Amino acid sequence: MNNILKNSFRFILFLLIQIIILNEIPPIHQFITPYLYFIFILWLPFGNNRITTTLLGFVLGYTLDIFTNTPGLHAAAATLIGYLRPTILNLLLAQELSEELTKEPSIGTMGWGPFTFYIFSLTFIHHFYLVLLEWLQFGNFSYFIGKVFFTTGMSMLLILLVELLLNRRKLKR
Amino acid sequence: MKNIIGFIRQNFTFFSFLILQIVSLVMLSSYSKSHETFFGNWNNAVAGNVNSYYNAWAYFFDLKATNAKLVAENVALRNELAQNFVPYDTSVKSGTLILRKDSLEKIRKFFYYPAKVVGNSFTLQKNYITIERGSLEGVKKDMAAISPDGSIVGVVVEVNEHYSKIMSLLHRNSKVSAMLKRDRIAGSIEWDGMSPDILLLKNISKSALPKIGDTVLTSPYSSSFPAQLMIGRVASIVKDPSSNFLTLNIKSTTNFYNLEFVYLVENKRMEAQSNIEQKEEGNE
Repeated sequence: MNNILKNSFRFILFLLIQIIILNEIPPIHQFITPYLYFIFILWLPFGNNRITTTLLGFVLGYTLDIFTNTPGLHAAAATLIGYLRPTILNLLLAQELSEELTKEPSIGTMGWGPFTFYIFSLTFIHHFYLVLLEWLQFGNFSYFIGKVFFTTGMSMLLILLVELLLNRRKLKR
Repeated sequence: MKNIIGFIRQNFTFFSFLILQIVSLVMLSSYSKSHETFFGNWNNAVAGNVNSYYNAWAYFFDLKATNAKLVAENVALRNELAQNFVPYDTSVKSGTLILRKDSLEKIRKFFYYPAKVVGNSFTLQKNYITIERGSLEGVKKDMAAISPDGSIVGVVVEVNEHYSKIMSLLHRNSKVSAMLKRDRIAGSIEWDGMSPDILLLKNISKSALPKIGDTVLTSPYSSSFPAQLMIGRVASIVKDPSSNFLTLNIKSTTNFYNLEFVYLVENKRMEAQSNIEQKEEGNE
């Protein structure tokens, strides 16, 4: 499948999942908001440079903002992880990066350890920034800390589940 | 100047990131009603479209709950119908000049309950409908059952704690007092076991001049049913020269095939009425 086509499809799919399902399910707790939409940024191929991922992050976040009526909130967080993504990838796999431009970050291409670290760091940064922005508008410190940790945990769980369910290793070969 | 441009060009990515961040944060902090009206128009065009599709789906899955709500609401509305009430008798002198009761206030005669249908047959000679509402929830024997569109279904014949059995109109022993809407001549509705669509209206006087398509309603003589509920329309007229009465084939308006809810009607004065009717027979 064409790379651009595939990624546009993912863009729409994960946004719809976020808007239609995850934003609609009744919250388990005040601290836990399931976020999955930014998995689109995590799954972009290695070949995308920093400016592309930053712009895509902004577009993705802003599209979600239109639906949640919070202009700028998700856009800011998604832009940040779009910008930081290449830095973290460079930390984890410096030499292979130049060779496999069309490959995507996954358990298959990166291995369990680096991949988990990669998604954990970006998820954490995303939620930290997102909840920080929320916290500046309302809430207190325990709300901030609690929500960052629990929401990160929830998102990690969701992302790993999606990863295992779709089993993208097979698609590569 | 050259240096500044060079610096920006070198760090172009970082600056674009910075600009996007600033744009986001400005949007976030300046979000207000005016912002909403400015951006709202085209944003809502996209989001509204998706949301309306989504709502159509969500609505579909909510239908069950919506249905239950509507049933409850219908029962409430039905209970408010004027025909359920009997006015006070103001012709009686009470001894004082001032009436003790407000004559506008009325006495309730009919009360409605909703009930879910859990069993239904229409292919046998003796058809019954089972409903999930029993004596603990106010069901009594001889209460009338009507369908949601206001046509009659049958009469409660058996009650236990949580379930009741309704003798459907499609029962060889069912007998309901009915009248022709045209000239208010009364007869009784029975069923001959032939077709679940066709009921018989028997004992109509030959002085009545029914036409095909005439409406048949419940009569005011019935102790179970409120008067003027729909039963059906005249489909054909059976002429029997040996009898003084006409028999009419009635196309029933009740859809017995897909009953999901019925309303049970309680006549608060049923006991009084049946007492006096039976007493008369005993004296003869």
